[in-house]
Amino acid sequence: MSGSPTYVPKSALGRWFESRLPIMGLVHSSFVAFPVPRNLNYLWTFGAILAVMLAAQIITGIILAMHYVPSAPAAFASVEHIMRDVNYGWLMRYLHSNGASMFFLAVYVHMFRGIYYGSYKAPREVLWILGVIIYLLMMATAFMGYVLPWGSMSFAGATVITNLFTAIPLVGTGVAHWLWGGYAVGDPTLNRFFSLHYLLPFMIVGVVILHVWALHVAGQNNPDGVEVQNVERDTVAFTPYATIKDLFGVSVFLILYAWFVFYIPTYLLDADNSVPANPLVTPAHIVPEWYLLPFYAILRAIPNKLVGVVALAAAIILLAFLPWLDTSKVKSGKYRPWFRVFFWLFVVCCVGLGYLGSQEVSDASTLAARILAVGYFAFLLVVLPVLGLVETTKPIPASIADAVLAKAKPAEAAAPQASR
Amino acid sequence: MHLSSAAIENPNRRDFLYIATAAVGAVGAAAVAWPLVDQMNPDASTLALASIEVDLSSIAEGQIVVVKWRGGPVFVRHRTKKEIDDAVNTPLSELKDPQTDQERVKKPEWLIVSGVCTHLGCVPLGHEGQYEGWKCPCHGSVYDTSGRIRQGPAPANLPVPEYTFLSDTRVKIG
Repeated sequence: MSGSPTYVPKSALGRWFESRLPIMGLVHSSFVAFPVPRNLNYLWTFGAILAVMLAAQIITGIILAMHYVPSAPAAFASVEHIMRDVNYGWLMRYLHSNGASMFFLAVYVHMFRGIYYGSYKAPREVLWILGVIIYLLMMATAFMGYVLPWGSMSFAGATVITNLFTAIPLVGTGVAHWLWGGYAVGDPTLNRFFSLHYLLPFMIVGVVILHVWALHVAGQNNPDGVEVQNVERDTVAFTPYATIKDLFGVSVFLILYAWFVFYIPTYLLDADNSVPANPLVTPAHIVPEWYLLPFYAILRAIPNKLVGVVALAAAIILLAFLPWLDTSKVKSGKYRPWFRVFFWLFVVCCVGLGYLGSQEVSDASTLAARILAVGYFAFLLVVLPVLGLVETTKPIPASIADAVLAKAKPAEAAAPQASR
Repeated sequence: MHLSSAAIENPNRRDFLYIATAAVGAVGAAAVAWPLVDQMNPDASTLALASIEVDLSSIAEGQIVVVKWRGGPVFVRHRTKKEIDDAVNTPLSELKDPQTDQERVKKPEWLIVSGVCTHLGCVPLGHEGQYEGWKCPCHGSVYDTSGRIRQGPAPANLPVPEYTFLSDTRVKIG
């Protein structure tokens, strides 16, 4: 991206340091002078919201690890100890458990925004794929974190998810025993999940750095989906414009987060997880955390074990191929009337699958889940490739500035004398 | 490294050294990687707990007892006459994973099977489902009174662990 002015430190010490490690210049060009499309809407604040949530999860997680005991006999009691005895332990745990849900809420908004505005299209394919990798790491981290309190649902979740690997022909059972460190989920499993639950967030940080790097190479997409042509006309500086707007978005999001933490802290938790794990009993109605429900519904909709597991994996992996599945040259859904209809149908499929995943299995719910699962895959594998070839798109603006000014014009015409 | 055709036809000592070094390096890397991978497999203390003994005298007819073997559940079911008959009289053609009841028991009144659903590892609930064998609460797989899969996504029957009757009232699993 052009247009980042060279950074000159004001003090002699700053110049001395900058000529040895130009880190202040990097920060300045990435987060101060970086040109931001001037037409971004509030959906673009979710990147900053996600960064804040990642930091919140890491900080509260490191604190919880100071009090938590990763062993099958002691884990459940240590979580109760955090809740009852540790100073502000309840706050740390509720921030962390609800923080995971808030993190996923934000990432889903971020992903749907990317799909709606075609943010995965050239030249942002690698940026998008890094995002899918972050999403996968998030799911792995959240899953292992959910196992740590060692309640009934933790145990059932660990069992079901690790058993997905037994669907692999020939080596599946061996892989499962290797993951468990035994013949069933048990103490060794809990211990290694704790180790990995601590590691993976830092891997997420690493991929986030690559994600931001790739973003700053390609520049941000924007609601009109046209690239920056003239930095002067089409962009504003990251600081103060994006910084302050992001801060506002983060603040609003934190209100929602705080509402969960302080008013309904257990709303998203399962009562069965307040019962200690028992390897000999599975709770009568097992459900994963809400953010995994759509994939769980796809798994349940398919009567064959191997096909079900493959479909579950495909539902996630296919997202990485969106840049090539979507054949339309027009990025933004704003200028694609048919895409818009199918996009919202896709959202309905995802939310509907999520709802069905939370319900007990019945013939009606299985049929509905099958229909919605077909819809999910049809959007990715049929609608996106075909629509790009047959859709008549609306004319796209010549530049970002033109799009912004065209929007401002009718208002000016209506109130020409208004002072500004 | 790009080799010209002349070099491929006439490998010299240096070419040999390159390949030999790379091969030794690959073997060395694999040798280092293996302990890092294998440490996650079931350890010696887990392998040592590989058998248990169960007292059958306290299990009433019709009762299912869940015992813990190798960290997971095993069902010990004292079957009633009707349950045995139902299992024996099921034609193999109705089964997804065909196996006769006789192949799955040593004494007809005692059915001993793994308590781990072959779908995704949940513990099925006894005396439930259409065949009054087991029904899995997770994804609805239904097993009959021989622990054979009849409905749902599970691909196989509940496996029969290795066991021996030590006496009429004692059985050793594992």
